[in-house]
Amino acid sequence: MKNILEINNVNKIYRNSVKALDNINLNIKEGEIFSLLGPNGAGKSTLINSICGVVNFNSGTIKINGFDNIKEYRKARQMTGIVPQELYLESFETVWKNVNYSRGLFGKPKNHKYVEDLLKLLSLWDKKNSKIKELSGGMKRRVLIAKALSHQPKLLFLDEPTASIDVELRKETWDIVRKLNKNGTTIFLTTHYIEEAEELSSRVAIINDGKIILVDETDKLIKKLGEKSIKIEIKDETLNFNQNIKNKYNLEVNNNMLTFKYNIKEDNINLTEMLNEIETNGYKIKDFITEQSSLEEIFIKLIKEDKKS
Amino acid sequence: MNYFGVKAILIHELDRFKRTLLQSLASPIITTSLYFIVFGTAIGSRIKEIDGINYGSYIVPGMIMLTILTQALSNASFAIYFQKFTSTIYEIHAAPLSSFEIILGFVGAAAIKSVIIGIIIIITAGFFVDIEIQHPILMIFFLILTSITFSLFGFIVGLYADGFEGLQIIPILVITPLTFLGGSFYSINMLPEFWQNISLLNPVLYLISGFRYSFYEVSDVSILTSIITIFTILIGCILFISYTFIKGYKIKD
Repeated sequence: MKNILEINNVNKIYRNSVKALDNINLNIKEGEIFSLLGPNGAGKSTLINSICGVVNFNSGTIKINGFDNIKEYRKARQMTGIVPQELYLESFETVWKNVNYSRGLFGKPKNHKYVEDLLKLLSLWDKKNSKIKELSGGMKRRVLIAKALSHQPKLLFLDEPTASIDVELRKETWDIVRKLNKNGTTIFLTTHYIEEAEELSSRVAIINDGKIILVDETDKLIKKLGEKSIKIEIKDETLNFNQNIKNKYNLEVNNNMLTFKYNIKEDNINLTEMLNEIETNGYKIKDFITEQSSLEEIFIKLIKEDKKS
Repeated sequence: MNYFGVKAILIHELDRFKRTLLQSLASPIITTSLYFIVFGTAIGSRIKEIDGINYGSYIVPGMIMLTILTQALSNASFAIYFQKFTSTIYEIHAAPLSSFEIILGFVGAAAIKSVIIGIIIIITAGFFVDIEIQHPILMIFFLILTSITFSLFGFIVGLYADGFEGLQIIPILVITPLTFLGGSFYSINMLPEFWQNISLLNPVLYLISGFRYSFYEVSDVSILTSIITIFTILIGCILFISYTFIKGYKIKD
């Protein structure tokens, strides 16, 4: 699949000498949902604002669908739509005027049919004549998405799309993101909610202190860095559990629960052998539960490692 | 050229004007009427004529200039500052618009509003006094060029302002005093020689004088000097704004 976004050696230093982006290199594939994860102040918003032309970056190149976003900014910017983190909207304008204004800014002639379909897709059609100040927070966020999509961009940037919103609205936003992606829009979202990245994206990147620490497929990342554990429930008490088995498999013993932790990338794990050994020593297995570390745990681990280095 | 982008900004800004139509139109009409009551009737009855022109008629060009300068400056500065204040300016930055197109949209809208207000004042004044326009093309030239120039000036003020207070400083503390002292309601020939010479340092005097010439063929300074002055201010604003955009100062981080 071709790259719709190519970022090479991008650096950004703010006037107060804060280095917000430190030699960023990143490619985004057409049609994917990509998540950029990072703690607050890591450089997520600066990166997408640099791509979309909202802030100037100091060095490096950014190409959108092959167009340089500085030298060919007109063509490049027509490819992108940006949904800011905050609800930046003109309160006294109607939804219809707001969306059409955005379409005009991006150099597109009026297209009532397209805007109508877009508002219907985002469940805003019945609110088209309402002023922004009359809308709920969720509706305002959808208006921002409608504005960002008003000029039919190929690549949509969502900056913390579910920050400070309730669970129901978060699920609703996720459904919209999936719907837009299904309709052919490439999605690039920034988030500090791991659950969001895990739920939506096929690939993730982790950014910290302006540096990309890691880029990988979400599933692979979990497999690569994820720790798995098996909790084995024994029928009887395990006060005098066999020390040989305990030491051999480095088991944690707690009442009648044995916990075995291992990394999924290790090949020399023989679970059958361990379970057989437990049974042949007279312990009856009642139940077992497997648990896998979430992206959140991986994320915390990586950030800690990055800070140490 | 992103024509649709410029048109979008123009329409968006003029919509704001329409939303506050009563305030936008009633304010210059009421202010003009009050000036005529105070200066035209109360004071004007004691000053019969200046340069052979009835006092009430004489002050019309100055009143128009006073309103245009403050309105153009306020409208343009508010328009760009409001977008910065609400952070909705992110969309202007993200759009495929050149600096020139952004200025064209904002300044164009502010200048159009100012010209409309100028015309309304002329019509309102017509109810109180007789107005002659000896050189209508010159009058339109001054009206439009002054509106554009001070809208550009307002755009700069809006870019550099760090608060709503900053927007008010230039119109209240600079433009209004310069306009009042620039011969809006009198001829500088009525002043002692020292103050005449001081008045000649005031650029607004040249704008009012040139505008008044287009009405009654009377002026405090030559029409050529007035034309050169307005062009000098315009070029100064263009150069300053170009420098600001090249540096990116106050526009993008």
